[in-house]
Amino acid sequence: MKAFYMIRLVAFLSLVFCLTFSMSAQHDHAGHDHTGHDHSGHDHAGHDHGTAKAGADDSHEGCGHAHGGEFDVAATAMHHISDANVYSIGPLQIPLPVMLKSDDGWKVGMSSMFHPDLLGHGDGHVAVDKYVLQGGIVKRVQDASFPMGEVKVKGFRHDKKDNSYVCTGDAEYLLDPKSTADGGLFGGGITSFMDFSLTKNVTSMLLVCLFLFWIFRKAAKAYNNQDGVAPKGLQGMLETFVVFIRDEVAIPFVGNKWEKYFGFLLSVFFFILGLNLYGQIPFFGGSNVTGNLSVTLVLALLTFIITTVSGNAHYWKHLLVAPGIPLLVKFIIIPVEIMGMFIKPLTLMLRLFANITAGHIVMVVFIGFIFIFGKSGESVGGALGASVGSALLTMFMMALELIVALVQAFVFTMLTASYFGAATEEVEHH
Amino acid sequence: MLFTLLEFNPIKPDFGLIFWTTLIFLIFWFLMSRVAFTPIKNALKKRENDIQDALDQSKKAREELATMKADNAKMQAQANEERAQILQQAKDMKNSIITEAKDKAKDEANKIVANAKLEIDNQRKAAVTDIKNQAGIMAIEIAESLLKKNLKGDAEQEGLVNTLVDKFNLN
Repeated sequence: MKAFYMIRLVAFLSLVFCLTFSMSAQHDHAGHDHTGHDHSGHDHAGHDHGTAKAGADDSHEGCGHAHGGEFDVAATAMHHISDANVYSIGPLQIPLPVMLKSDDGWKVGMSSMFHPDLLGHGDGHVAVDKYVLQGGIVKRVQDASFPMGEVKVKGFRHDKKDNSYVCTGDAEYLLDPKSTADGGLFGGGITSFMDFSLTKNVTSMLLVCLFLFWIFRKAAKAYNNQDGVAPKGLQGMLETFVVFIRDEVAIPFVGNKWEKYFGFLLSVFFFILGLNLYGQIPFFGGSNVTGNLSVTLVLALLTFIITTVSGNAHYWKHLLVAPGIPLLVKFIIIPVEIMGMFIKPLTLMLRLFANITAGHIVMVVFIGFIFIFGKSGESVGGALGASVGSALLTMFMMALELIVALVQAFVFTMLTASYFGAATEEVEHH
Repeated sequence: MLFTLLEFNPIKPDFGLIFWTTLIFLIFWFLMSRVAFTPIKNALKKRENDIQDALDQSKKAREELATMKADNAKMQAQANEERAQILQQAKDMKNSIITEAKDKAKDEANKIVANAKLEIDNQRKAAVTDIKNQAGIMAIEIAESLLKKNLKGDAEQEGLVNTLVDKFNLN
């Protein structure tokens, strides 16, 4: 018994050691063990270390300059939860289709056209029609004088204001991130191009949806083929969820008209649950799809549209007239109710986004302990010690995240159902 | 510092991702409702109805069985009663037959006895008649013989009559 335990411990430790080693190995040609990622202005593997050109006044380091800095856990976490134009599994960068729209027209292809290292950080070595790939994300050179076609890239640089620059050997150019719809609220905005690529998140979504479609089609067929037989296997497992959503969510929260909304509720539930769980699969890219505001925004918007469209006379009367309430109170109640109409889907959007993103960040941070305690490769003992602690913490976190995945899918579905229920309620309760 | 320094992509609503999410989710919703959710919902409803029907039917069958059992018991009780009645009737009949037969036999015996008595009476009467006839005949014979004999004195006549009477008495 004890021997078995020892074997397991040794196997576990050697696995952790191998991982530590393999993650640092990719930085070997940078001349030192640098296990962090490249978003904090440090250099990284796979780049030419030509003559550095200090382009901007506020930069500490030159573009493409090798620099063994500290491991920045926050930057790593942010990098890992971001959407990207490559699908990265560990150091492996799988190219994905890109579809880019700028004033110069559409640019369609694979992200491999930027020639990133297959094992690396997703930094392209070539700029194509002003587009570059930095950290797996497509960006565009702002400068109008930058030539179209392929241009060799020497490196990238970040400054303190979150501006990225690309070095082409002779000059440094400011990069535009893709356009976002936040209007500058979260540091985004409309820039010189839009990205309609099949990104990592879109790919994950497609994979999960296809998988769900496949298993549900199989289960639905079983109802026909084995009519009158007790459900078992896959059919039995999925039925548990379907019956749960029907009996605990749709019927109690929506009421009599539940059948009309059942398809949407189940789609939302399984879409969220599937993507939540997909993001938890180790060594599978850790896609943060439901932790992306764009995705939760679409889901919340659909909930809002369906609620508004199916709102009956009673719902609107309750909202806009507030019958049975004293006139003076009405001045407070009605604006609050109208605000609530928009706040409800907003909270839906933010709750799911925040929960899943937080889970992913915590996971990356726990794994980041290995590199913090290992002092970016200087202290192997520290890294090994932290590996054990980090593995235990991460395992705990993963167990917690499994619960969060289920709970968040359930909460989103349940609240959606309750909004539908409020919109279609017939009984006068004043 | 964190958010100003770092590119925090997930919070920025991205046109491409919004577009693809909308498209993928709408197709997913449509296909899943058509291929899986509606058929599963209907199949579940059908199964639940089937189960309810089966339960109702078994309840009905149980009730029917119970009423049938009660009927059987009633019928059995009735049959028992009838059997008892029939037996009683048979017993009564037997008794009455026996009594009747006895009465008849008694009557018959009485009749026979009466007939016998009558016969005896008749025989006796016939015998008496016969005796009377014979006595008459004897008296006539005696008288004849008396008349035939010469009556010699009263003493002799007397003696003769006495002997004759004695003779007659002997008979």
